[in-house]
Amino acid sequence: MRGFSYLRPGSPDEAREAARDPSAAFLAGGTTLLDLAKCGVAEPERVVDITHLSGLATITVGDDRITLGALATMSRVADEADIRTHCPAVAEALSQAASAQIRNMATIGGNLMQRTRCAYFRDPATFPACNKRAPGSGCAAIGGAVRNHAVLGVSESCIATYPGDLATALVAFDAVVHVGERRIAADDFFLLPGATPDREHPLEPGEMITAIAIPASPAARRSTYLKIRDRQSYEFAAASAAVGLELAADGRTIRDLRVALGGVATKPWRARGVEDALRGKIFEPETVKRASLAAMEGAVDHGANRFKIDLAPRVVARAILTLGGLA
Amino acid sequence: MTGTDTKTKHGDASDGSSNSLGARLSRFDGPDKIRGAARYALENHPANLAHAVIVQSTIAAGTVRAIDVAAAQVAPGVLLVLTPDNALHLDSASNWLGAPPPDAPYLPLARTVTFNGQHVAAVVAETLEQAIEAASLIRITYDATDAIPDFDDPRAGEGQPMDPMKIDWGDAETAFAAAPVRIEETYRTPREYNVPLEPHGLVAQWDGDALTIWEPSQWIDGMARTYAEWFAIPFDKVRIVSPYVGGGFGSKALACAHGAIAIMAAKMVGRPVKLAVTRPQSFTAFGGRPATRQTIALGATREGKLLSIVHRGDNETSVDGFAVEPLGAVTALMYATANLSSRQNIVPVNTVLPGPLRAPGENPSAFGIESAIDELAYAVGADPLAIRLLNYAEEDPHARKPWSTRQLREAFAVGAERFGWSRRTPAPRSMREGNQLIGWGVAAGTYPVRRTAGEALVRILADGTVEVASSSIDMGTGTYTILAQTAADALGVAPDRVRVKLGDSSLPRAPVAGGSQLANLMTGAVHKAALAARDELIGLAINHPSSPFRDVQANTLVIADGRIAAPRGNGPAVPIAELMRKIGREQIEVLRDTLPEASRSDEDRYKNFTTVATMRSPTDGDYSLHSWCAHFVEVRVDADFGTVRVSRVVSGIDSGRVYNPKLAESQWQGGIIMGIGQALLEEGIVDRRHARVVNNNLADYLIATNADIPDIEVISVGIPDPHASALGGKAVGELGIVGVAPAIANAVYHATGRRIRELPITLDKLM
Repeated sequence: MRGFSYLRPGSPDEAREAARDPSAAFLAGGTTLLDLAKCGVAEPERVVDITHLSGLATITVGDDRITLGALATMSRVADEADIRTHCPAVAEALSQAASAQIRNMATIGGNLMQRTRCAYFRDPATFPACNKRAPGSGCAAIGGAVRNHAVLGVSESCIATYPGDLATALVAFDAVVHVGERRIAADDFFLLPGATPDREHPLEPGEMITAIAIPASPAARRSTYLKIRDRQSYEFAAASAAVGLELAADGRTIRDLRVALGGVATKPWRARGVEDALRGKIFEPETVKRASLAAMEGAVDHGANRFKIDLAPRVVARAILTLGGLA
Repeated sequence: MTGTDTKTKHGDASDGSSNSLGARLSRFDGPDKIRGAARYALENHPANLAHAVIVQSTIAAGTVRAIDVAAAQVAPGVLLVLTPDNALHLDSASNWLGAPPPDAPYLPLARTVTFNGQHVAAVVAETLEQAIEAASLIRITYDATDAIPDFDDPRAGEGQPMDPMKIDWGDAETAFAAAPVRIEETYRTPREYNVPLEPHGLVAQWDGDALTIWEPSQWIDGMARTYAEWFAIPFDKVRIVSPYVGGGFGSKALACAHGAIAIMAAKMVGRPVKLAVTRPQSFTAFGGRPATRQTIALGATREGKLLSIVHRGDNETSVDGFAVEPLGAVTALMYATANLSSRQNIVPVNTVLPGPLRAPGENPSAFGIESAIDELAYAVGADPLAIRLLNYAEEDPHARKPWSTRQLREAFAVGAERFGWSRRTPAPRSMREGNQLIGWGVAAGTYPVRRTAGEALVRILADGTVEVASSSIDMGTGTYTILAQTAADALGVAPDRVRVKLGDSSLPRAPVAGGSQLANLMTGAVHKAALAARDELIGLAINHPSSPFRDVQANTLVIADGRIAAPRGNGPAVPIAELMRKIGREQIEVLRDTLPEASRSDEDRYKNFTTVATMRSPTDGDYSLHSWCAHFVEVRVDADFGTVRVSRVVSGIDSGRVYNPKLAESQWQGGIIMGIGQALLEEGIVDRRHARVVNNNLADYLIATNADIPDIEVISVGIPDPHASALGGKAVGELGIVGVAPAIANAVYHATGRRIRELPITLDKLM
């Protein structure tokens, strides 16, 4: 492991100042940073430990929004009864993410900064080519073992899957990432790889996530997160869907629908095509299944990951039908 | 200590008061493990310890052109950068059969690379962190050549025929061609890895030409032999200490290259050296189960009675090594057929040399034949359980010898009863619940009884407690506990009065803890030594001038509940400690072995304990000796997603006499759990361009988690088998996994109508 300096600033402002150097990294739960440091991907020269900063771990559930402090742990948020009521998809996404041990350490803010599990990204000693790690060096994954690589949002530079569960739910419910005073819509917080897969978030050095706000909505209250994978615990999604549903007063017309996909795209993937196709429609299985196919619009496979194109719409449809009591 | 046997005068069992063997006792080593008091190998930190870190190749084939060590050498704390250029000369070592080694040096650091992830260099530094840092500064350049990534590559060819694996009776090809019903399919298993929780590694310390090694080991004497030969020192100068082993599954039986590197480094820096193989490195520091493929042709009558089995199997091996995964092991044993032909090839590819992984051979072999017989059942419209009984082998069809015991029919019967098999509806996709397709499957498994002689020391101490000592090991399997139970029974004391010491070269010797042989051979040796100690104690009680039994005039005495008494209850009942005090003895110590009378020279002993050459095959003798099991499995397959969840397992198991049901059940269940992972999850994913396994960590190489495992009911149907072992037990440890994967695949077929012939059964194969 490379040498680095370790700083323990006394306030958020000191922390931001300390992390202004591009080679600095914030340390919260450490579940991503330490992992990436061990495999030689993260080599920060300065580690800015923010775990002890006060006021950043508060969870507030109000009438109009849920606010999650950046340092709240995944397990705390997942177990919060009010969150299970106001946005079950968030609690379900968190409780199916990672392992119990990791959830006890990892923070909500750090979770948004989680990086891909692409095996080529994670092994720089063997695979020097990685545009995400070393811009312009190429992509070792394309043509390789790609069963878990993305089919949506891919570019010629990068096909690495965004691995997280929480952010998929956040994107579905129009959450807002608080970066100090700055407000960034969750959907905009994650960037498509395009020609610059190294740039994953619109953050400048020194900017620090302080909180995440999830607006209250009927769809959030009636929501779920469905994660499909071979192993029942501690595995990334083969495909997942965060879905929220609001039916009109007639109990059968879809008034509002939120759909976002995980495990299939280079970022948490809002499936507006499915939402648009079903808003105002009568809720019934065949309509839902047909509309769910729109989730894969623009999908591109690289062979072994082709199954995701078939799988993801089925996950979306099941999640929607479950919410409506028809699955 | 006496070197000859005492002929037992007092019967061959205890006096019946303790009945410890067979009791459901918890593991004696459990509390220390829970408290963290059990010290594992890598927790030993001798003074002045230095740390070694390995650097592995990033190509699969070629030569090392240059290694730039300049930056590493001047990095903080670095004591040594080890490369092929400055490595010490090592001799080659004999193999596990003891065959003389080639007259060529042994090179644990490769100049010629034959697989991706091969050890090329190492760094020794004051701290682990410094060694890791310096290792990252080493720059290796290669002249790469084309690699063969796996046996599906056309350049791999057909491989080498393994003539000793050839099995033939009758005229299988002709009988198959003439059979009214014919099935012919190919079954495949991927590379699978042992991944024990305790990583591999060692602490090596030289003291002159004496070498002490703390290392988890399934075979202390075998590894010591290899180390002694590599470093050209006498065998008795090598001491291996391994009191606890955090799982091995076959991977900790043989010395590995990283052992040579650590020992060499310790010699060169003149300090003890610790080397812990990282999890990613462990995927190529030693081999797991090779990828296999088998084509099985079954010819049968319209009722499903087998007429012929034609079996062709291949397994991967390395380009410079020799690994055979015997794929005909179950094929030629499980069912009665008049005609059988089995062949096996090994196909060299650029991989680490594959190694043993829980039930090598039997495991993939059962996946083939137990899937094929299921396919035959559907082809003839028979019940999958009924077709197995229809083709039941009443004797070993290959060796043509009677089974010593075969309680497989009983295993099927009790399993079917507890599982509720009779309520199964035969048609695929006929047992649906909402989105869940439910399937019920059955498969049988078997594992042979292997036999090697052992040695044991039993000491009765002045305080009436007992010590048992052996260099055999306990890898969580229960050796500590069942040996205490064995000695307790033979000596008539409570098992908590017995202390067992294991896992040290300084103790009496033991062969490999592999092939599921250890429990049987060591209970046999301890029983023998304990009876001899008992005889000696009773002899003293009868004859010693200071004994309270001098006037009882008994021919013999009994020991029960730790007290010695006359058989008819006349006279005193004297605690062992009191007798020891009265006769003035500090201890009674007896060493016994179970070697044949004619094979007790030093040379014989060395061969017996350091090689597998004396291991007796299951058909050496008048009987064919095997354990048996029948697994009944329920799966739930999501109709849309193809995800398979095992929801119920019931297994009937014949391991003969069970020495401790709690521990045996734990082994069987552990095997079944591992089998569930094998069936649904485990696969070394090879990047074929680089011939490299890319999921080399426990987040991406998937083994079963608790959430994947339902309640597993295991039911022992075994009976004591006097032909199999001294105390009547048969194989336990490797049995449970055999047959699990085909039972699951068969259940998946019943659920979905989709026959998956290639493990693991992942969701994409069922969508």
